[in-house]
Amino acid sequence: QDLSLPNGTPVDTSSPASSSSLLNRLQLDDDLDGETRDLFVTVDDPKKHVCTMETYITYRVTTKTTRAEFDLPEYSVRRRYQDFDWLRNKLEESQPTHLIPPLPEKFVVKGVVDRFSEEFVETRRKALDKFLKRITDHPVLSFNEHFNVFLTAKDLNAYKKQGMALLSKMGESVKYVTGGYKLRSRPLEFAAIGEYLDTFSLKLGTIDRIAQRIIKEQLEYLVELREYGPVYSTWGGLEVELSEPLEGMSACVGNCCTALEELSEDMTEDFLPVLREYILYSESMKNVLKKRDQVQAEYEAKLEAVALKKEDRPKVPTDIEKCQDRVECFNADLKADMERWQNNKRQDFRQLLMGMADKNIQYYEKVCGTA
Amino acid sequence: MEDCLAKKMEITVSEAEKRTGRNAVNMQETYTAYLIETRAVESQSEGQCAPVDSLWRRYSEFELLRNYLAVTYPHIVVPPLPEKRADFVWHKLSADNMDPDFVERRRIGLENFLLRVASHPVLCQDKIFYSFLTQEGGWKEMVNETGFQLKADSRLKALNATFRVKNPDKRFTELKHYSDELQSVISHLLRVRARVADRLYGVYKVHGNYGRVFSEWSAIEKEMGDGLQSAGHHMDVYAASIDDILEEEEHYADQLKEYLFYAEALRAVCRKHELMQYDLEMAAQDLTSKKQQCEELATGTVRTFSLKGMTSKLFGQETPEQREAKIKVLEEQIQEGEEQLKTKNLEGRDFVKSAWADIERFKEQKNHDLKEALISYAVMQISMCKKGIQVWTNAKECFSKM
Repeated sequence: QDLSLPNGTPVDTSSPASSSSLLNRLQLDDDLDGETRDLFVTVDDPKKHVCTMETYITYRVTTKTTRAEFDLPEYSVRRRYQDFDWLRNKLEESQPTHLIPPLPEKFVVKGVVDRFSEEFVETRRKALDKFLKRITDHPVLSFNEHFNVFLTAKDLNAYKKQGMALLSKMGESVKYVTGGYKLRSRPLEFAAIGEYLDTFSLKLGTIDRIAQRIIKEQLEYLVELREYGPVYSTWGGLEVELSEPLEGMSACVGNCCTALEELSEDMTEDFLPVLREYILYSESMKNVLKKRDQVQAEYEAKLEAVALKKEDRPKVPTDIEKCQDRVECFNADLKADMERWQNNKRQDFRQLLMGMADKNIQYYEKVCGTA
Repeated sequence: MEDCLAKKMEITVSEAEKRTGRNAVNMQETYTAYLIETRAVESQSEGQCAPVDSLWRRYSEFELLRNYLAVTYPHIVVPPLPEKRADFVWHKLSADNMDPDFVERRRIGLENFLLRVASHPVLCQDKIFYSFLTQEGGWKEMVNETGFQLKADSRLKALNATFRVKNPDKRFTELKHYSDELQSVISHLLRVRARVADRLYGVYKVHGNYGRVFSEWSAIEKEMGDGLQSAGHHMDVYAASIDDILEEEEHYADQLKEYLFYAEALRAVCRKHELMQYDLEMAAQDLTSKKQQCEELATGTVRTFSLKGMTSKLFGQETPEQREAKIKVLEEQIQEGEEQLKTKNLEGRDFVKSAWADIERFKEQKNHDLKEALISYAVMQISMCKKGIQVWTNAKECFSKM
């Protein structure tokens, strides 16, 4: 397995984990990203399974770790899409104050695509790999019990059927009521995040449409090129003196066709899915913001109710204290996650857009070569 | 080796101007006039430049000139005029004859036509051509006075000739076949090229939208903002670059078009040969039948059926005097016919010889010109790729700074 940081430097996996370092991580310290990586997860090796009732694909999920939470240093399990979906739901349930990364779309958007085609499976595999890596990178989510089981259990279905969430050591048993409390006004910083996400997903949507339009135009250009090249060949057959340059022209156009095909494929398989992922990410993040609003609303409502009673209280009731805690925890988690998200987003898009530029450069270099 | 006019005289079609006037049926019309400038080439004169002569001509006058040349020199592959109406147009180009881009390309095409004629060893010596370049007034009358229209063979007759020629020169048959194929393949090429240009235009222009959205997006970003904004600018540059690229390509299309029309001129020479051959065969046939008639009258045997023969059989023989008179007329006609046949034969052979010489000249010219056109088109493509690499490299750098 190739274990290295996102920027390509290989990682030393010999640093031991300890229970105290566990608590350190709870403090949402970003220094973790540097040298002390101790959990590596990869998704690869898609395989098709044909059963009487259905046909589906499984992916191999490989884990390498030195963490104490894991019994073994290495695991290799097979998981299918619905397993990932289950994991994500469990994470949303159990870590409602955190931003959970998105999964690739469940259903195929355009009914024309074959969900068993190599390209589709590969695109999905990359997205699932990204999904698990994002969780792995998260200082809180990566310690989630369900995540652990997902990575290690031989029979995940048995665990799913248990239906009981194992009590975690981290007090994830907080249940958040979504009872109709309405928030008067969102604090400035969260309102800003909300607005940012709105505009951000709007712009991404536009870019998605533009990219699709470009691919469409390129394919139509390709259709014409495919007719264009052979005409030069025909003409070459007619001429004696000119047959060489004419054949050459025909070959050049043919080469252009191949290069263009590759470019369009790359854009479809590598560029568009990442855009869509981030749009989904934004949507789920906006939902988390709304949940935060709910929690704050509940707290404010209860506080108001107490104030109205005008009773002389020695101290604030514990119920309200708990609410206050919840709000503060939520805010803290969310802010930290947003910062992390912004950073990752910047890196992801930097890579994505540089990749797009690269592919276009390669296309022109290929065409130039034979011209 | 005679000096052609092109070496002695600088010829340019330097300007085009919109004019309004009244046409033949006294209706107002708008047309474009082209300024032809000529100047004698002074050999090794210091500081002394010959004065420039100029006159205005419209497209229809060019057409008249070409028709005159085609009729007067049927054995020559006469250079073609640029197209009358815009054809093989892709969506951005206008099909309107008054469109400035069309007019500009036509101006270049007309200049090219004049230079081709002026460099042709035979055509450049023509007086009408010289007057076209130098004599403003009365040129039309001069052309019409040559009576060339009378010499023109009606097209219908030429069409028939294709069917009934028994012994055409094989080379001309092959050449006609070649010119048909050439016409077909170049038309096809031009049609597809126009569609390719259209699609390529679309691809480039859509990228311009990236410019706008990157700019809008950069407004909400802190660290990513600058990189996005400047990358967006490069996308705008990319989108704009296609206009110049495709304009240059139109020049290549025009070069192909010239040879598309040249194919027509080639076919015209072949048809002329077929026509001459047809006339020759008809004349020979006519002569043979007259000789036969004569023989029958002399010997009294009737081998060929004729109504006259039958009626004379039914209604009585003609007198020996009448028969003598007939034979005499026929003998005169036969003698005339034999002389005509001899002339026609000579003319036919001369035609074949001189036409073939010009065809060889044309072939060399064609191979040279088309090779150059293909090479310059390839160069255009490489330049387009290099521009593309440059723009995307710039954009990539901007992205890397995000």
